[in-house]
Amino acid sequence: MRIVVQAEPFDFGAEANAFASGHTDMGAIVTFTGVVRDLPGDPLDRMVIEHYPGMTEKALESIAAEARERWSLGDVLVIHRHGEMRPGDMIMMVATAAPHRVDAFAAAEFLMDYLKSRAPFWKQEFTADGAEWVASKDEDEDALKRW
Amino acid sequence: MALNVLYFAWVRERIGEPREKVETQAATVMELIEELRAREERYAMAFSDLSALRVAVDQELTEFDAALDGAREVAFFPPMTGG
Repeated sequence: MRIVVQAEPFDFGAEANAFASGHTDMGAIVTFTGVVRDLPGDPLDRMVIEHYPGMTEKALESIAAEARERWSLGDVLVIHRHGEMRPGDMIMMVATAAPHRVDAFAAAEFLMDYLKSRAPFWKQEFTADGAEWVASKDEDEDALKRW
Repeated sequence: MALNVLYFAWVRERIGEPREKVETQAATVMELIEELRAREERYAMAFSDLSALRVAVDQELTEFDAALDGAREVAFFPPMTGG
């Protein structure tokens, strides 16, 4: 299990390859990548992500540990950036390795649902109109109920 | 007891600083909030709607009625928006 919180960009291809290599008993690797999305009608100049150093790592580790208890997983990777990003930049990725794909997919979705509203990150969007903190969505909270 | 109190995102902006040391006898998070609210208008503003706030004690998410005995760090912030 590897949890990385960093300001620097990450190399998605290299990370995915390294994660997928070296297992002979994992039949399924699932990856998800979150990308900064431009805003229709109100072009996004940049996004800045604030986080809570210390708690962020703890929260991600506990979410990943919970995923490993619920599903048969060989490995979990979470990389999440903070700081300034532009449209098209990768914000984060998760990867799961499991003997079978059902577990790998479910665990990746669980990780995403939980880290969206339980890991201490806050997004702020900068457009020509100024800066705005991204509001959490009710559906993000609702998404936790299915687990 | 001396607590490190941390603020993030718009809570930090309203309070005007990211962290401060608070000398308090508050037994719960709610009592700490009441003390802060009574201090200055900017605190009253930041803590006006608790449904828009979350709290962590010693880096664990918790509720407003959580006890503070033995706590060293309390953080206030809006709902998280990671991913």
